[in-house]
Amino acid sequence: MANLNSNFLGIKSPNPFWLASAPPTDKKINVLRAFEAGWGGVVWKTLGSQVKNVSSRYSAMSYGGRRAAGFNNIELISDRPLEINLKEIVECLKEFPDRAMIVSLMADNDRKSWHDMVKRTQDTGAHGIELNFGCPHGMVERGMGASVGQDPQIAKMVVEWVMEVAQIPVITKLTPNVHSVVPAGRAVIEAGTNALSLINTIQSVTGIDLDTLVPNPNVGGQSVFGGYCGPAVKPIALKFLTTLAQDDYTNKVPISGIGGITTWKDAVEFMLLGASNVQVCTAAMISGFKIITDLCDGMNNWMDDKGYATLDDFVGLSVPKITRWEELDINFHIVANINQDKCIHCGLCYIACEDTSHQSIAIEKGNPYNTYTIKEEECVGCNLCKIVCPVNDCITMEEHRKGDEYLNWTEFQKRGLPLNDH
Amino acid sequence: MAIQSNRLSTEEYVVNFSDVHPPFDHPEGAIIESNRCLNCYDAPCTKSCPTSIDVPLFIKQIASGNIKGSAKTIFTSNIMGGGCSKVCPVEKLCEGVCVYNLLEEEPISIAKLQRYSTEKAITEKWKLFERKPSTGKKVAVVGAGPAGLACAHALSREGVDVTIFEKDNKGGGLMTYGVAAYKVSPEFCQDEVDYITSIGGIDIQYNKELGKDISMTELQLDYDAVFLGIGVGIARELAIPGESLSGVVDAISFIYDLRTNDYSRIQVGDKVAVIGMGMTAIDAATQSKRLGAKEVTMIYRRTENEKPCTDVELALARLDGCSFIWLASPKEIVGENGKVTKLICSKMKLGEPDASGRRSPVDTGETISIDVDMVIKAAGQIPFEDLVNETKLENKTGKISLDINRETNLKGVFAGGDCVNGGKEVVDAVQAGKDGAVAILNYILGNT
Ligand SMILES: Cc1cc2nc3c(=O)[nH]c(=O)nc-3n(C[C@H](O)[C@H](O)[C@H](O)COP(=O)(O)OP(=O)(O)OC[C@H]3O[C@@H](n4cnc5c(N)ncnc54)[C@H](O)[C@@H]3O)c2cc1C
Ligand SMILES: Cc1cc2nc3c(=O)[nH]c(=O)nc-3n(C[C@H](O)[C@H](O)[C@H](O)COP(=O)(O)O)c2cc1C
Ligand code: SF4
Ligand code: SF4
Repeated sequence: MANLNSNFLGIKSPNPFWLASAPPTDKKINVLRAFEAGWGGVVWKTLGSQVKNVSSRYSAMSYGGRRAAGFNNIELISDRPLEINLKEIVECLKEFPDRAMIVSLMADNDRKSWHDMVKRTQDTGAHGIELNFGCPHGMVERGMGASVGQDPQIAKMVVEWVMEVAQIPVITKLTPNVHSVVPAGRAVIEAGTNALSLINTIQSVTGIDLDTLVPNPNVGGQSVFGGYCGPAVKPIALKFLTTLAQDDYTNKVPISGIGGITTWKDAVEFMLLGASNVQVCTAAMISGFKIITDLCDGMNNWMDDKGYATLDDFVGLSVPKITRWEELDINFHIVANINQDKCIHCGLCYIACEDTSHQSIAIEKGNPYNTYTIKEEECVGCNLCKIVCPVNDCITMEEHRKGDEYLNWTEFQKRGLPLNDH
Repeated sequence: MAIQSNRLSTEEYVVNFSDVHPPFDHPEGAIIESNRCLNCYDAPCTKSCPTSIDVPLFIKQIASGNIKGSAKTIFTSNIMGGGCSKVCPVEKLCEGVCVYNLLEEEPISIAKLQRYSTEKAITEKWKLFERKPSTGKKVAVVGAGPAGLACAHALSREGVDVTIFEKDNKGGGLMTYGVAAYKVSPEFCQDEVDYITSIGGIDIQYNKELGKDISMTELQLDYDAVFLGIGVGIARELAIPGESLSGVVDAISFIYDLRTNDYSRIQVGDKVAVIGMGMTAIDAATQSKRLGAKEVTMIYRRTENEKPCTDVELALARLDGCSFIWLASPKEIVGENGKVTKLICSKMKLGEPDASGRRSPVDTGETISIDVDMVIKAAGQIPFEDLVNETKLENKTGKISLDINRETNLKGVFAGGDCVNGGKEVVDAVQAGKDGAVAILNYILGNT
């Protein structure tokens, strides 16, 4: 059995799965249930100045009959009195001393407010603080949330205020509503943050009710941009994460990976791209806390299969495998191959290639089943057929190198090698 | 032992004759199932549908919430797509070739999805088709069965005025009078006929029989073209002693009575023998059982391997509690006081393959005797040979012959459906009606 124990900035938890700051971590009752279910830690729902939420609050994008492929919310930070939250944090810490308790904060934009918030949080005995510089709605209009995270200078200033009084580790949570997260990441590290986390939600409109013509979620006939999360955002989160993991300045601090994590595989991917642990929100909101069982179990079995004893054994291993386009080997060439024994003759590969790619699949009409074969000389190795094929491992991509040596674009151009002629 | 009616309570009849293939209980079921469809290219399901319904398209239209479009896709290819979704032997058509079968997975429930869209269209009376401006042409269609109705609808869409002459007092043909009662209800059949004719330009004249109330020459004179969709007749005679005893009935008439009367009024024996193993035989056996017969035995002269019905149909008869005697051929029906008491069968064995490639049964000389009080004959139907011969239609043992333009030997007289193919499925008759309409349009509008 691999060891899932996680140590993030000295904050220990029995597994690397924390619940992200959101409704699942909004109250003692939720947090206790999460700990009972086995979650390694929580980032308490963001505390700050008093706000009021509206109704309705959530909407989702369904895809192919699957509900909530992407999830969207227009909630603000915690709308409960600060005193109650702090009291409950103390109580949870007492009941589950072995779990990580991080408190998310978003104070008013002045030094004193931040000092107050940080101090009161430390008084609870919490293990760490996460600064919410990411909420893309509601708080932005007050100069908070994403409007802090989007401006590296402001972000830096706020982190400096926090670090003046912080006695426990500080994680800064970045907004993805920027072209690049690296400038803000660098700025807050310069200001002293101990770690980064990302992503918060992405501004979005999930859809429109085609009867009323009101976009979702509908609040009395109107809507606002919401924050997008859930499975749909994972690829975007992974990209932002990689940019931090590859930057020589930002990769000096640990990163907590967030965004669309639904299965243990997603979590492993975040960690392979440099996250030391992960946070989950939507998956728990959609399926309940019990998902922690398979998140841990699946990761554990994978680690055993791969021979990784601890989390540190694989964190970051895929980071060097993402390079710049110019570095790719042009001589590397793959060609699709259809395993006729597995093929179920659905024709999806054929029509995809024929209509939108390189007309590289031959069709031999039959009744009722056609036979499809790859025209090897036409195939550019784009993967499209393999992606659409409904049968696992029916289409495989086989290596047919164009040349033995590694040849990148820069070298290719330098040698004046010929481009395609059709 | 006796033949009697009213064997069951009203509730029992309702249960026994309720839908064998129930619809989705909730729209969610249709959404989940429609999303499971892979949306195949040049889809085998479409290729295996005699009317070539674009199955992946109509299924994806359900998935996208475009139910109207889905119904239109179905009806454009098959105007009886509603009825077909309930009666088609899909296990040997679309669903039988769904690529999921090749993954050893349940095929897509194509029929159930088809029913989902079409039933909505029919109950909500969606107007999906507009007639083209009148061509001033008029066509007579004989028979308001699937072939005739499909032909009439296709012609009406093109602006042709159609008069259908139907010898019975309801439309739908064997859909209304033949198909098993647990597949379609009389109300549905009526709604389907009404839906088809709601396009306008189709006048059905009931109780008008060709050869009796109207003549072929009249039709040829009064109309620009004629389409014959008269189906086939009653069950073939067994040509064995005892066939005229009371208690020997023809499956088609038995089912006709059952489809047109209250179930409690239909007489059925305690011990029923059904001769044959085709679709009609299965329907006669299962429905006898469902009417309350104590024992139903199906008699077939070959083995299970050669049976003409599908596995699904045989399984239905098995589940209904029917028993089977394979390799037995009726030799004589014995009676007392004019009533059936026994069926004597010759024991058979399989010999050399015949023209159809199936091994043909050979008499072993031994016999078996079964105690029965009712014998239902369902060993194939015979075409309306008399009518066909009287009107001098060229035919092969009553099956009307067509030339490559789908025209009969009589000028301007076309035909299709069971009366040409000798008896297949509803969906084949619908395609034949469509094909007939195309041929007629070419003929009357001079497009060829
Ligand atoms: C017992 C039984 C069960 C069946 N079950 C199924 C099933 O489950 N699924 C399936 O797909 N198929 C089934 N079939 C087959 C299917 O019903 C037929 O293939 C189909 O109905 C043929 O359509 P049609 O229009 O050619 O003929 P029919 O449906 O026979 O219609 C012919 C019409 O013409 C009328 N007609 C006949 N002679 C004249 C005349 N001289 N003048 C005026 N009108 C006339 C008849 O009254 C009838 O309305 C079954 C058949 C039988 C007998
Ligand atoms: C309803 C809802 C409320 C949220 N509230 C907060 C919040 O108060 N503070 C915060 O830092 N992030 C908040 N988030 C963002 C999540 O913590 C998380 O960063 C984001 O949802 C991406 O992760 P996921 O794809 O696992 O949901 C909220 C998300 C949701 C869905
Ligand atoms: S997509 Fe896969 S299963 Fe379908 S035809 Fe192509 S190779 Fe065969
Ligand atoms: S064969 Fe099956 S999966 Fe393919 S389109 Fe038809 S119903 Fe869908």
